[in-house]
Amino acid sequence: MSKPYWTKENFPITPNIRNPAGSLAFKCGQWRSVRPVLDEKKCTKCGICVLHCPDDAIAKNEKGEIEINYDYCKGCGICENECPVKALKMIIEVAEK
Amino acid sequence: MKEIIFHGRGGQGAVAGTDILADAAMRDGKYSQSFPTFGPERRGAPVMAFTRIDDKPIRVRCQIYEPDYVIVLDSTISKTQNLTAGLKPDGSVIINTSSTAEKVREEKIVTQGKIYPIDATSIAMNIIGSPILNTVILGAFSAATGEVKLKSLFEAVENRFSKVVAEKNNKAMEEAYNVVKGRKD
Amino acid sequence: MNTRKLMSGNRAIAEAVKLSEVNVVSAYPITPATSIVEYLSEFIARGELAAEFVQAESEFGAMSACIGASSVGARVFTATCSQGLALMHELNYVAAGLRLPIVMAVTNRQLSQPLGMWCDHSDAMGERDSGWMQIYVESCQEAFDTVIQAFKLAETKEVLLPIMVCLDGFILSHTSEPVEIPEQKEIRDFLPAYKPDADYHTLLDVKKPLAAGGGCPPAFTMEFDYKKYDAQEKGREMLRKIDEEFGDAFGRRYGLVEAYKCDDADAILVAMGTIVGTAKDVADKLRSEKGWRVGVLKLRSYRPFPKEEVLKAACGSKAVAVVSRAISYGLGAPVFSDVATAMYNAPEKPVLLNFIAGMGGRDVDKKGLAAVFEKTIKAAETGKIENEVEWVGLNKNLVGG
Repeated sequence: MSKPYWTKENFPITPNIRNPAGSLAFKCGQWRSVRPVLDEKKCTKCGICVLHCPDDAIAKNEKGEIEINYDYCKGCGICENECPVKALKMIIEVAEK
Repeated sequence: MKEIIFHGRGGQGAVAGTDILADAAMRDGKYSQSFPTFGPERRGAPVMAFTRIDDKPIRVRCQIYEPDYVIVLDSTISKTQNLTAGLKPDGSVIINTSSTAEKVREEKIVTQGKIYPIDATSIAMNIIGSPILNTVILGAFSAATGEVKLKSLFEAVENRFSKVVAEKNNKAMEEAYNVVKGRKD
Repeated sequence: MNTRKLMSGNRAIAEAVKLSEVNVVSAYPITPATSIVEYLSEFIARGELAAEFVQAESEFGAMSACIGASSVGARVFTATCSQGLALMHELNYVAAGLRLPIVMAVTNRQLSQPLGMWCDHSDAMGERDSGWMQIYVESCQEAFDTVIQAFKLAETKEVLLPIMVCLDGFILSHTSEPVEIPEQKEIRDFLPAYKPDADYHTLLDVKKPLAAGGGCPPAFTMEFDYKKYDAQEKGREMLRKIDEEFGDAFGRRYGLVEAYKCDDADAILVAMGTIVGTAKDVADKLRSEKGWRVGVLKLRSYRPFPKEEVLKAACGSKAVAVVSRAISYGLGAPVFSDVATAMYNAPEKPVLLNFIAGMGGRDVDKKGLAAVFEKTIKAAETGKIENEVEWVGLNKNLVGG
């Protein structure tokens, strides 16, 4: 049984969030049923997918390349829809071996 | 407790008049309260304002229905309103008019109470230079009723207006006081 | 050394806010609250009050600014009524839920329709259940004193709830009376600066970042509501204490209620706001002229509701008339409901009469209140009420059976 988040002693007066970036603890990528796959040859690095991802799960790395963070990508498909060169494709999620 | 109703027209300073009277009464060491009838006001529309004066704290806050005194800044209001509605049997009316008390009663401008006429408009025009006579009529009120000291009225006026304006108003107020005090009746 | 000055209820409120050394004022004008904020902006412009004045585009904007400012630890004030208070409605629940000690003056005014600018308590009644505390004052002096008490009560760590200081629109806001103003130092000694704790309060602090106002799942909401509820319960006791301390410091104390000649009363009239003062005069007159044993119970703290004080003052009498300056359509009147709720389980309770008075600024005069006392004395004698709800001074030529 996990430790309770709050006790009577430390239960706050409002549900203010005091630990920043708490959502990082929830790897919602596990909710996916489809995942986006990037065709690097087609990708122009325009960044439109980065702008549109509602979960901030696609980013440009230091080299300017598009990287998908599969820990948090929920597979909504907006990136595939918005990519102007069709470099992203949603495929059925496969279980990790 | 003494209850006073001011009748005037918007812009004639009836509301300020009640405040000055209440302030003066406070300076006399009494308790006081002043308030206007509430609503959108515009220049020229009849305005009623109220003052209460008492030796003990005043708790009542409804409008005044049975005044001890009525102060009338503009006698033409009598055409549309009963200026002395509810006036107590031994009540008095201090009215701005160039007429006499008999004439005022004859013309049914005021139909009851003891009448103290005062030509406040002339005094205001001569001494202050404008027909705003709320302070002038308070001088007459003080002389007629003794409910507030002239000295306290002076202080209240000085507290409210600039030095120059206050001086003129106090001079006019004293003139009205002397006129009423000087009468034989 | 006090200064005694003639001033309106609105001015008294503004002077108290100035002496409370608020940090932020954000408001939107509405009759008859406007002059409170006009005075404050004059004080700020003249350098008498070192506060930030945030001109809002609406009352919704004003309360938003107040919530934001209070969240960074500012002592905050606003003023409104009627439509303005209604426009703030959803934010009022936010302010209470974030546990922000905002003080708001409400110059009680009717809610449209019918449209009017005159006094009744409909506006504040709409916020009764929001978590805001509500105190109804009877005089300009009390308006001044209550603002000071309000900041202290709201900012008390065990309480931390916003509070409305309610004064009858026009009847008190625009009525001038002598008010004693204490010195700044005396006020500051009684009401020190607001010092929120970043680990406890809703406090936006770059050194201790937090996100306020987020969502909460069903697993926890009731518990946060319970804490808010408990805070008002504690607020009841705190207000008693603060009022006592205020009395010691300034010589004036008001209590959560004022029981005027209730000890031996057969009939008691319960009311809030300026009706109380007129009722006291009427009670005295009836005692001396008719020999009726009548009293007046002033509800000063409406939220938190002063249950114990009401039971103590009123349960010994035979009949109690509750005069509400607001209506609960489909049931009766709100203050009556509250008093009835408080008394329901009492072992001995009086007959309760439900009166509606003074709606839309209708003058609640001595005649009307004498009639209320007369009906209540009759109920005290017979043990029965004539009508479920009575309307004081209703024009029977126009309506009614």
